[in-house]
Amino acid sequence: DSDPVGFDSLDLNERRGRSTDAELDRRDGTRTSEALTPAAAARDEFQEELVIRPLHSGDIYASFQFRTLWDTDFLQEGQKVSHYRLFPKSLGQVLSKFSVRELHISFTQGFWRTMQWGQPFIPSPPGAELWVWFHDTVSDVDGNWKELTNVLSGIFCASLNFIDLTNTVQPSASFKPLGLGNATDHRFLRYATLPREIVCTENLTPWKKLLPCGSKAGLAVLLKSEKLFHSSFHSQAVHIRPVCQDEQCTSKAWELRQTLNVVFDLYTAGQGKKEWSLFKMFSRTLTEACPLATSSKVYVDITDNPELFELSPATPLLSQAVVLGDRRTYSVYDLSRAETFGQLRSLNLLLRWKGDGEMLRPLLHAERYVAGFGLQTGEIHTVIYNNHPYRAFPVLLMDSVPWYLQLYIHTLTVTSKSRDNKPSYIHYQPAKDRHRPHLLEMLIQLPPHSMTEVTVQFERALLKWTEYTPDPNHGFYVGSSVVSALVPSMVAMNTNFTQDQPLFSSFVPVKEESSYFVRVYTEPLLVNLPTPDFSMPYNVICLTCTVVAVGYGSFYNLLTRTFQVDEPSLPLAKRLANLIRRIRGVPLLT
Amino acid sequence: MDYYNLLTTCAFIHLLVSIPYAYSNYVENKAGQFFSSGHTNNWAVLVCTSRFWFNYRHVANTLSVYRSVKRLGIPDSHIVLMLADDMACNYRNPKPATVFSHKNMELNVYGDDVEVDYRGYEVTVENFLRVLTGRLPPSTPRSKRLLSDDRSNILIYLTGHGGNGFLKFQDSEEISNMELADAFEQMWQKRRYNELLFIIDTCQGASMYERFYSPNLMALASSQVGEDSLSHQPDLAIGVHLMDKYTFYLLEFLEEVHPASQANMNDLFKVCPQSQCVSTPGHRTDLFQRNPGSVLITDFFGSVRKVEITKDTINLTSSLKPLIQRSGSGDMQIESLTYVDQLPVAEIIHQNAIQGLSYSIMTEGTPVNF
Repeated sequence: DSDPVGFDSLDLNERRGRSTDAELDRRDGTRTSEALTPAAAARDEFQEELVIRPLHSGDIYASFQFRTLWDTDFLQEGQKVSHYRLFPKSLGQVLSKFSVRELHISFTQGFWRTMQWGQPFIPSPPGAELWVWFHDTVSDVDGNWKELTNVLSGIFCASLNFIDLTNTVQPSASFKPLGLGNATDHRFLRYATLPREIVCTENLTPWKKLLPCGSKAGLAVLLKSEKLFHSSFHSQAVHIRPVCQDEQCTSKAWELRQTLNVVFDLYTAGQGKKEWSLFKMFSRTLTEACPLATSSKVYVDITDNPELFELSPATPLLSQAVVLGDRRTYSVYDLSRAETFGQLRSLNLLLRWKGDGEMLRPLLHAERYVAGFGLQTGEIHTVIYNNHPYRAFPVLLMDSVPWYLQLYIHTLTVTSKSRDNKPSYIHYQPAKDRHRPHLLEMLIQLPPHSMTEVTVQFERALLKWTEYTPDPNHGFYVGSSVVSALVPSMVAMNTNFTQDQPLFSSFVPVKEESSYFVRVYTEPLLVNLPTPDFSMPYNVICLTCTVVAVGYGSFYNLLTRTFQVDEPSLPLAKRLANLIRRIRGVPLLT
Repeated sequence: MDYYNLLTTCAFIHLLVSIPYAYSNYVENKAGQFFSSGHTNNWAVLVCTSRFWFNYRHVANTLSVYRSVKRLGIPDSHIVLMLADDMACNYRNPKPATVFSHKNMELNVYGDDVEVDYRGYEVTVENFLRVLTGRLPPSTPRSKRLLSDDRSNILIYLTGHGGNGFLKFQDSEEISNMELADAFEQMWQKRRYNELLFIIDTCQGASMYERFYSPNLMALASSQVGEDSLSHQPDLAIGVHLMDKYTFYLLEFLEEVHPASQANMNDLFKVCPQSQCVSTPGHRTDLFQRNPGSVLITDFFGSVRKVEITKDTINLTSSLKPLIQRSGSGDMQIESLTYVDQLPVAEIIHQNAIQGLSYSIMTEGTPVNF
């Protein structure tokens, strides 16, 4: 039959282009058009994969990654990219208009529990997080940042327009670019989080529309919102960066990764039974690969197989990958081969637990909480655990605290094993009321097998009454702290960048074999600020008006009122009688 | 006899001649009706103004109108949906990513393909009035703008808690009926609508349209001044009331409407009589120029486009330019690119020495000493 994908891609292009199309077309008077040669069209490719990792608590972790790689340059002068195929046009136009070198945006519902679930493939903090590296040709980074957040709020249906200078920071050492680049001048980096931001179907819908096959074919058919949001953790992200095109790394290509991480809970989604299948998790099964994808694979982590659980249908394909410092074995289901789907033409993986096992403790773990009582002062405690038995390693802790929690940096203490631990690098930018948040970055060396505690005292500010949210008694959120570290690896990491690596192991570039880069986010904090009683203006007006009316009114009456004798009016009969009496000269009736 | 025969034949011939004439008149009338409404595009602004979990029904109201409007053809790019709080993914919702309108969870009005333009704290009186009048900051994206013109029919639906002459936004501010009337007048003077249908489902809703004074406005409300609009039915599993009575029966009515339906406004005025709604729905048509009986429901709720078929041929000239060679193509680059070190410890510590100098200049006061 006629090519269904061709028709759909027209539809998708129209939808993808709608948000920024007209604005940019109006600005650009001359449109250069390139004749599309077959060579140009084949230069973009799309890969999709799903990794399923059973967790020791009985939960199951599914991580989707969709990668579009395009050999083009959005930032080249004089060359406007106008023909889009697999890469979504709305994002491409955003990149060229704002000269963005790297863009990372994530929307997360729930908190990643490192101690129970291990390390995620792509970490993300609760709420929305956006960090962007701009190109060094940009002259007004703040202006570009403001417009970029507005455009992204339209694309993703999120209230990212609340990102402004009061919650944006410029980290000086954290968040180095994950893509290609030589110079890293941190003046071109902007980072912001919105811990209050919710994720729901209205964010998933435009996210799915950015995929080449939409949600109609391939792995994306599994993304049904009713199942995805009924989970302990849900995170969807978009990462755009320039990468090496090949091993020699002489030219660069642009990579768009859309990732979706979800952890299904044993008791709410699993009904208490330690038995998972694709249908139970997503209420769908896989029937075909995305026709536009060059590779479409499902990986199931069977390192703990066969003692712990059994997997069906069996597959002969096995793959080993070194990820997060550990060598894991995966069963691979290649969706581009027809025999994967079997006779029923649908793939439904079944995992059945057989026993319980011990989880390897994650080497790096962090927590944060607020101590103290009352609505005036408090103390923020950040606790970082190094669970390695004999290796010490440095971590970079970045804290961004809103201006209304006034930090007293002279009370900052860093203790490890009940001894003072002096950080080798500190960068502190104090807050300016209503203009800038606090930024605190520290490089701390963690001793082996220890707990390091960072404490700082703060005072809560009284906001102006218009600055309170409509529900101020809920509290105010403080974004998560970010702990970045190079953790010693148990197995040698793979430093070769090859195209054949599975996507989940090639997200963070690896420079040396002995350690791997990890980022851990702490909990966001919820603090109560002293909140006035908003019904007081109404009460005061009522009370004041009553007092004025009763007090002043009575006083005024007493001073200005004169009393007169008032003749009551008589009924008609008596009046006639009085008339006759007056004529007669006799006293009148009353 | 002859004369009688002549008369009958004349009458018969006259009848025969007039039938096609009457028929063409009828066709012309039909065609005239087809073109009589005068609008070329449809927009909808759907606003839920209440926050907090117990106001679930207001979000369900707005989403059911959104669902009907989308089903009848208005695309997402022409709908501005404002929801003041998130009920679907609220932690108190026992079935996440769903908003139900009927008890026993029969109809999920949230669906799988919803795009909310203004959500949470963004739903304020100021943003609502800015959307209506078009005075938005220049960096506002397209999906958040009401880009209507003078041939647009706009449907505006408001729901929430209200009183005599005001509507409450998010429990912290109010919009008065005078402000709303002035906003519509601004829209009329800036030629931002052709005809406007205003529906409000709040307590004492009729007070909100009392002050309108711009032409081509038709208004419906769920209750008169002095009356309260009531909610329909609670669901014991979810624990809150799911819909308001007026919008529930409005949804039932709209489910019967399809894009080719000929239902008109008089049918809409009959939705939810007092026997069903307990409150008395009201409407106002004195500012509207056409007869409500000739106004189709799909003029406001649907997106029925007028199509003119032309038999002229149009030549499209192709502007094919020769393939432009990319300047600085890959094979000329000799320098190899590298990835940046994610945590360059030595570099960071070295950076400290330089940072210390610039830091003390930047901040007023004593530099931090450790």
